[in-house]
Amino acid sequence: MSVPSHDKWVPRGEDRDPPPDGDELPEDDGDFLVRPYTVTQGRTEPRYQLEIEAMVASAHYDAPDLSQLSPECQAILRFCRNWQSVAEISAVLRMPLGVARILIADLAVEGLVRVQQPNHAQGGPDVKLLERVLSGLRRL
Amino acid sequence: MTSVKIVVAGSFGVGKTTFVGSVSEIMPLTTEAAITPASRRLDDRSRTPDKATTTVAMDFGRVTLEAGLILYLFGAPGQHRFWFMWDDLIHGAIGAVVLVDTRRLLDSFPAVDYFESRRLPFIVAVNGFHGDFPHEIPDVREALTISPQVPMIKCDARQRASTNQALTTLVEHALAMKLKRQVAS
Repeated sequence: MSVPSHDKWVPRGEDRDPPPDGDELPEDDGDFLVRPYTVTQGRTEPRYQLEIEAMVASAHYDAPDLSQLSPECQAILRFCRNWQSVAEISAVLRMPLGVARILIADLAVEGLVRVQQPNHAQGGPDVKLLERVLSGLRRL
Repeated sequence: MTSVKIVVAGSFGVGKTTFVGSVSEIMPLTTEAAITPASRRLDDRSRTPDKATTTVAMDFGRVTLEAGLILYLFGAPGQHRFWFMWDDLIHGAIGAVVLVDTRRLLDSFPAVDYFESRRLPFIVAVNGFHGDFPHEIPDVREALTISPQVPMIKCDARQRASTNQALTTLVEHALAMKLKRQVAS
């Protein structure tokens, strides 16, 4: 599977004309709608729940044989040479969010990717992190 | 590497993607979640995964705030029937910006109700089209019965300075709420 570049953005949502019946549904991509969970061997549950903004990076290891991995997993490993979010993996590699979550969790369990899950024990980022965000926004 | 997220909510056509695009360092991307009416999460929990299912698209953008800190902005799906997916989206979020179109004020009620019920910090950004704000903030606040504690500002979703200001206002509000809770406990 080739990795689409970020430039190939197809306008979605409000940038398109609304469908005539008022529903907010994107166009059907027949291929993946029919078999989105074939790549996960029918599983719909990831091994653990990844946040949509969790960060993923390919782990450094001594080049094991990647040919055993599915094309989708290989694509994830190539794409995640730099940190990418679960959402970006889903969007750029054009796989449904649920499928991406399952495959990334699989790769994490195998030690092939590192995952940085947001850690918000008390609900949302803590004061220190919020202050960092605020500083960052003010610098923009 | 740390990531945080803010949700941008509002009815269809109000300017969520424009808002996200104005401040995002990348062109907005779209992630799609396959759902069935019975599922309660963004990802498919269906027992028949190979059946063609409805998908919901969410546009999002990214802002690198510092070397190890990235902010993601997610446009929440606007339609009522996708509400049950919002719980997943807002989990661990800093908060939400509710974009309001004064021509369709009533469309914003459900989003405001939802964030209030989830106790998620949120602000209301009144989107003016072509810099046109036919209603003053206090009037919109009264019409939407928004509590005085909720920040409400004017916004032009096309302008980065304006959308940045909305994000800053939200984070300040989230910080204030958090500090208040800390003092109270």
